[in-house]
Amino acid sequence: MNAFAALLRRELLIALRRPTDAANPLVFFALAVLLLGVAAASDTGGLGDAAAGAVWVLALFANLLATEGVFRRDVEDGTLELFLIHARPRFAAVLGKLAANWSCAALPVLALSPLALYVLGHSVDGAAMLMATLLLGTPTLTLLGAIGAALTAGTGRGGLLVAALVLPFYLPVLIFGASASAAAVDGRDAAFELLFLGALLTGSLTVAPFAIGKALAISQEY
Amino acid sequence: MGLTAWARRAFHKTGSPRWFFAGSRPWMLGLYVAGIALIVVGSTLGLGFVPPERYQGDSFRILFVHVPAVHLAQTIYIAVAVAGLVYLVWRMKMADLVIAAAAPVGMALTAAGLATGVVWGIPTWGTGWVWDARIMSTLVLLLLFFGLLALRQAIARPERAAMAVSLLAVVGAVNLPIIKYSVEWFTTLHQPASISLTERPAIAPVFLVPLALNTLGYYCLAAGIVIAALRFKIIETESGTSWVADWLDRPRGGAKP
Repeated sequence: MNAFAALLRRELLIALRRPTDAANPLVFFALAVLLLGVAAASDTGGLGDAAAGAVWVLALFANLLATEGVFRRDVEDGTLELFLIHARPRFAAVLGKLAANWSCAALPVLALSPLALYVLGHSVDGAAMLMATLLLGTPTLTLLGAIGAALTAGTGRGGLLVAALVLPFYLPVLIFGASASAAAVDGRDAAFELLFLGALLTGSLTVAPFAIGKALAISQEY
Repeated sequence: MGLTAWARRAFHKTGSPRWFFAGSRPWMLGLYVAGIALIVVGSTLGLGFVPPERYQGDSFRILFVHVPAVHLAQTIYIAVAVAGLVYLVWRMKMADLVIAAAAPVGMALTAAGLATGVVWGIPTWGTGWVWDARIMSTLVLLLLFFGLLALRQAIARPERAAMAVSLLAVVGAVNLPIIKYSVEWFTTLHQPASISLTERPAIAPVFLVPLALNTLGYYCLAAGIVIAALRFKIIETESGTSWVADWLDRPRGGAKP
């Protein structure tokens, strides 16, 4: 697992040296929650039951914001070619890079999510379940989003194109994440949803790194 | 000639753009004629002669457009995914051209299916749009087709675009059952499919005849359109070769190869 550790260390170091870049998704999430809170507060004080779903959607977009450009700088400065030539096994290196990306982008959002739930006028009872679903769901989003980022690497276009490519794949994660959070608020048992999120995570953890490696190789014609 | 030898020969022949182009014109015309004839007969029967449905009155007649469109769109996605796999494994030029030719047709049919569903839903369900399982998976299908088209547009080099689009098609096909079942377990309002190959149809035979004619007609017409688009793309990508130059020099109205 040398490739995994090496890439993880490199990416975390880069994030430390450029903290403003790494903080982008968190800033987006915080601002969006703030605006949503302002917009919803004008009538009855908060989003109520819809708050958990809203937090999930915002976390999803924050995640997409971090993932869509995950290979961009590497393409521009040529690191990606060296990465494709030297990193063995390639899927471990891909996983290392994405693990660093996820820890910088999704973990702060995860930590902030109970506060977001509170600000949006939801009871904080569902906070533990919301955090559990985000913990299980956001790594899947990162893995699937990276497939889109890898397919468009080197085209000079990302952003909306990546969003259009991967949003259909995000749907099951969003469905079960939001419905588990809603179930927890109603006091229902959410074991099925959590198990399904776990299954999606294990599935994408096993398959996505190979698809990402293949897509990166295509993008560099390697 | 044995069956396997015949199949191998057919595979290699249709896999060569030049052979496909030479032999496909009668197929294209025949499928056009058959498709249009079937749709005319099926729609006349369905719109003019079949009695109104007991509960839905005349509004059910949109079924003769809605069901074939959605069904065909799903079939086209499967075909596109198979072509993607073929391209990834064998780098067969024709497989990529099939994706390029079929994806817009599939996207148009999916959009038509969604639109007719909304039109039908307003009088029947009382609402045009609900977040129901089958509507969501059709919407996902539309997004997947759109992604295939958008990705091809975004990549300048044709070979690289072909590889990336094929990979996306295969990834989409792996994900499609997961998406389908997760939205199905989530919630469902849409009635279950009324027709399946293995069970007796839950739909009266009066309605089944025009529906079958229309479905068959849609398949034929779409196949004809895809072949026409393929022929166009073959001429476009092979424009540097001598056989295309020869073909283009032929006088109009003369025998086409």
